[in-house]
Amino acid sequence: MTTSAMEQLYQQVILDHARAPHGRGLTPAPSSAVVGESFAVNPTCGDEVRLRVALRPGDGRRVVDSVCWEGQGCSISQASVSVMTDLVSGEGVEAVDEWIERFRALMHARGAGLDPELHESLGDAAAFAGVAKYPARVKCALLGWMALRDALDKAGAQQEEEQ
Amino acid sequence: MTRNLGATELAAVRADFPLLERTVRDGRPLVYLDSAATAQKPEVVIAAEQDFYRHHNAAVHRGAHQLAEEATDLFERARSRVAGLVGADPDELVWTGNATAAVNLLTHAFGHATAGRGGAAARRFALAPGDEVVVTEAEHHANLVPWQELCARTGATLRWLPLGDDGRILTERLDDIVTDRCRLLAFTHASNVTGAITPVAPFVARAREVGALTVLDACQSVPNLPVDLHALGVDFAAFSGHKMLGPTGVGALFGRRELLEALPPANFGGLMVEVVTMESATYTMPPQRFEAGTQMVAQAVGMGAAAEYLRELGMDAVAAHETLLTEQLLAGIAELDGVRVIGPTTPDERLAVVSFVVDGVHAHDVGQLLDDAGVAVRVGHHCAQPLHRRFGVAASTRASAAVYTSESDVEVFLEVLGRVRSFFGQSDRSVAVR
Repeated sequence: MTTSAMEQLYQQVILDHARAPHGRGLTPAPSSAVVGESFAVNPTCGDEVRLRVALRPGDGRRVVDSVCWEGQGCSISQASVSVMTDLVSGEGVEAVDEWIERFRALMHARGAGLDPELHESLGDAAAFAGVAKYPARVKCALLGWMALRDALDKAGAQQEEEQ
Repeated sequence: MTRNLGATELAAVRADFPLLERTVRDGRPLVYLDSAATAQKPEVVIAAEQDFYRHHNAAVHRGAHQLAEEATDLFERARSRVAGLVGADPDELVWTGNATAAVNLLTHAFGHATAGRGGAAARRFALAPGDEVVVTEAEHHANLVPWQELCARTGATLRWLPLGDDGRILTERLDDIVTDRCRLLAFTHASNVTGAITPVAPFVARAREVGALTVLDACQSVPNLPVDLHALGVDFAAFSGHKMLGPTGVGALFGRRELLEALPPANFGGLMVEVVTMESATYTMPPQRFEAGTQMVAQAVGMGAAAEYLRELGMDAVAAHETLLTEQLLAGIAELDGVRVIGPTTPDERLAVVSFVVDGVHAHDVGQLLDDAGVAVRVGHHCAQPLHRRFGVAASTRASAAVYTSESDVEVFLEVLGRVRSFFGQSDRSVAVR
């Protein structure tokens, strides 16, 4: 049996994350952490996410300690921010920047995919490859990632202020 | 008894719409249930627009050559046809870019009146702090945001009539919300989300009692119901061409003659003037007073062809056909577990515009599965965020019919909708996928 277009789009990993998303619920960050917060909306459907990133004290504050968020949206947007939460926690800020760029590239590949090595490097986020075939859904998948981009920028700005 | 479209007639109607023949998503027949967003176009509309460009294209209302005469005749005949469809006189119908532009034209004109333009005759349109503009919670953003802006510019207060749990406007609140401070009552004739048809008479009666003007958003009613603006007694109305089987880029503002004569213009330039000096200008009579610059002539001609097409079918027959689809939609949805209709759940006094939420499944995901089966619906807030907020949801899925929609379209839609929860739900996925 060939997998249907819908099974390709809604991979099991996406449905699982959508049902029980990781990182949901805004929790207070340790006072020693540098925190950035962002609010992103998808105006076409009203989906929204409020996301907070905390950079780990020490390590030059260049490591993502935790990501937490609140929001509402479709299975694609909720699963995407959930997968992202898993992928970036404990990663260096430079590595997270790369994650964001790779995911953005995947979403703009119109379903053509990325080169296998890059695809491999996306981990669970590669499950969203099918979304790129549906231009109307790309914004759903990117919602949380764009909020993270913005929150990291804000955390960075705060850090500069402190120095 | 009202005439309905028979099976043969419906088949003939469907054959008039070339786009309905196409397939989508790997060869699936198209099931188009997004007509409340925009309707498909019959061949006569496409042909009218093309014929204008091929044979009659010229600037209207100027030039003494034969083409200019022909173009002007077609342009004005289109105005008569559209006016005729909605029970208005041709000179009460102003062409606009779309319905949103029609409402904005009004709010700008009221703003100019507030600034003193238009002289004593226009004073009735001026707003001041203490005045109130009343809308409803059912409004499309197009009949809400322009009024918010007008109130912000003039200091008037915006108030609104709330909705009941069935999605209908609480008419019983008219007396306490529409008071003698109300200068203007703007309301939808039929909601683009709930499909509920507004009983216009008590609105007009209350507005007259307190001396307020009425503005009717007729976007959803004109394509689907017999509409007689004179009989309804509203002062202004707005509707678009593209929802009534016509082209995009054209819509209409209706205004009662004496009001259009007193209303200051909102757009300025060529064609709307009489005498122009370096210092100032005088303005021509309505409707041209409100039609500055080169108009969307081909689109207007297309909208005229759409009006003629609907008139020939008979709006009574269109409405009767769509009522059957409403019944089928509501009955089919009622049989599904976990699907909740936003709006009236009985077919009386409502359109075949049915919005709903599926428990545990976001509207985008519902729409995706329907799309995969060739069913086109609208997902999101349908440009009515306050209405969705009233019902505690950010988004809904909307199925909407038009004259060309068939029972089999609705059957396909209901069959796929019935599989949505199991696909996204917890259990057996194998039954959910084709």
